[in-house]
Amino acid sequence: MLEIKNLHVKVEGKEILKGINLTVNAGEVHAIMGPNGSGKSTLAQTLAGKTEYEVTNGEALFEGKNLLDLSPEVRAREGVFLAFQYPIELPGVSNTNLLKTALNEIRKYRGLEAIDTMEFLSMIKSKMKLVELEQSLLSRAVNEGFSGGEKKRNEIFQMAVLEPKLAILDETDSGLDIDALRIVANGVNKLKTKDNATIVVTHYQRLLDYIIPDFVHVLYKGKIVMSGGKELALELEDKGYDWVKEDIPQV
Amino acid sequence: MNDVVDFRELITERFGEFEKSLNGSSPILLKSIRKEALERFSLTKFPTTKDEEWRFTNILPLLKYSFDPIVDKHELNVKDISNFKLKDSFKNHIVFVDGIFSEELSASNSLDKLVIVKNLSIACKEDQELFKKHFSKYAHFQDNAFTALNSAYIKDGAFISVPDNISVEEPILVLFISTAMNNQPLVQPRNLYITGRNSKVTFVEHYISLSSNTYFTNAVTEIVVGENTTLNHIKIQEESSSAFHISRTEIDQERDSNYESVSISLGAEISRDDISSKFNGEGGECTLNGLYLMDNTQLHDTHTMIDHAKPYCNSHEHFKGILDGKSRGVFNGKVMVRPNAQKTNAFQENNNIILSNEALVNTKPQLEIFADDVKCSHGATIGQLDDESMFYLKSRGIGEETARTILIHAFASDVVKSIKIDSIKNYLENILDQRFNKES
Repeated sequence: MLEIKNLHVKVEGKEILKGINLTVNAGEVHAIMGPNGSGKSTLAQTLAGKTEYEVTNGEALFEGKNLLDLSPEVRAREGVFLAFQYPIELPGVSNTNLLKTALNEIRKYRGLEAIDTMEFLSMIKSKMKLVELEQSLLSRAVNEGFSGGEKKRNEIFQMAVLEPKLAILDETDSGLDIDALRIVANGVNKLKTKDNATIVVTHYQRLLDYIIPDFVHVLYKGKIVMSGGKELALELEDKGYDWVKEDIPQV
Repeated sequence: MNDVVDFRELITERFGEFEKSLNGSSPILLKSIRKEALERFSLTKFPTTKDEEWRFTNILPLLKYSFDPIVDKHELNVKDISNFKLKDSFKNHIVFVDGIFSEELSASNSLDKLVIVKNLSIACKEDQELFKKHFSKYAHFQDNAFTALNSAYIKDGAFISVPDNISVEEPILVLFISTAMNNQPLVQPRNLYITGRNSKVTFVEHYISLSSNTYFTNAVTEIVVGENTTLNHIKIQEESSSAFHISRTEIDQERDSNYESVSISLGAEISRDDISSKFNGEGGECTLNGLYLMDNTQLHDTHTMIDHAKPYCNSHEHFKGILDGKSRGVFNGKVMVRPNAQKTNAFQENNNIILSNEALVNTKPQLEIFADDVKCSHGATIGQLDDESMFYLKSRGIGEETARTILIHAFASDVVKSIKIDSIKNYLENILDQRFNKES
């Protein structure tokens, strides 16, 4: 589904990603872990198309198309979804309006008719239950006045509505208490199918108790320095990131 | 500068002809106001950018024209204005064509018998007592060239009176249609809205144009908000893109009165709104909201003045601007808190979004506070559409144009939502859509 080859990215003139190689197939869950500043969020945001990030080398093929040539909105319409680490507040834009507009733009791109309003409403109501969000949030402005946990749950709710092929969760677990974490993880697990894939970017192993990854990659100083199964995450938790740093003397 | 002299001279020269055209039908009071105002006009200079109040608004382009102060009556029928759908949602509307009352287009179907809605040239004869008491008592022409000009040529306008203890359920629409068919007319509506005690009413003023011709609307509106009365006032300015619009609104607020206004400015090459409210009693509440949407070489200037002359009054102002092209926006909000006006609350906010590299905004709060137990605040912002918000919307599959439209709607939403009439709210939402959603 996704094949990243030798991806180099500069942010404000500084090279942050220094040759990422990663292959994600349908039905898989990949966890990307790493210490602060290793480039995890840069990777997530680059895949979503943040314009300030300058790709200096490499490619990211998504179902055969180079994502990096596409605008952020076309990537989303192709089926890429980024759950933001810091979801943006949009005063004056209601959640319903955002979701309906987004869904219809995606449907239009795929040659589908705009969704019927009643159908849309009943669909979003059922998806809200997935992340245990109050229905009253629908008419409220996007993320405005939301608690940290509500914001993260709202991201997963949007993901549930837009049904991406590839979901990238950028530190969706950070700042969540254990209950909120369980709700978020539960939502993600329920959305998992054999046809979609998830990249979970996280600093902590904790999330991976709930979302079981097929692969774990360790990102350090802009490169994936270690890959393995879910047991790698446990080892990391046990030994800490210093273990990685010691093990990889020079990157 | 010769041109300027020409327009001024023209106004003086044609006064005799104007008076004659009225067939001597005006009461003495009006005649003397006109005469006095003309004298004052001939002594008062038009403001230049050297005047502090007009620093950012250069009216020289306006003064280049010789606008004709004598406007012929232009008959329109219902079909001519069938495109203006907004009118249909108002059961009560009084319509002026090039500043002159049109009986055919006006209707008042659902009003209490005690509520008076008529044109000024009739009201000055039929409702002399009210007229004498209030007319020209708030918008003084002594130091204002435009008000002097309006007052010298007073002919028509809207006259609305709501007596004590009446709650007018249906809003009243005052529609000003410009045809500007023949020459370049000087259209000068003169409006007087009076409310008594314990009443409630909503006025909607809508300025529209049937052509893209050049004309000059110079409106003066005086409003009395009676004791414990709530008055909602919505003004939508959609003049032709080559028109000039200068409007002065003077509000007199009695004890415990509540005045709420929303001013939407969309049209005209140069437009200026002067909105002033004075608290004449304690417990008054004044809310002024506004939105200006400018593009190309348009200029819009809002000047507000709230005179906290009495204690225990609150004022809230929120004006928002969206500027594209080479347009300019000016906001000047003056708040005067007089020495005895303790326990005053005065809040003011002006936010602007600039969509192009060449648009410009000048914003200035002006607080003059002479009392010590008051709460006053002001804030002003000028910015662009937020990149992070744009990226967030795009990352959900929403395209550039739609994302811009959503954010512009969102920016304007608190002002649009402060309008309590759904048909107007929808009307404005549609305008926002058409202006910014180039895809659809």
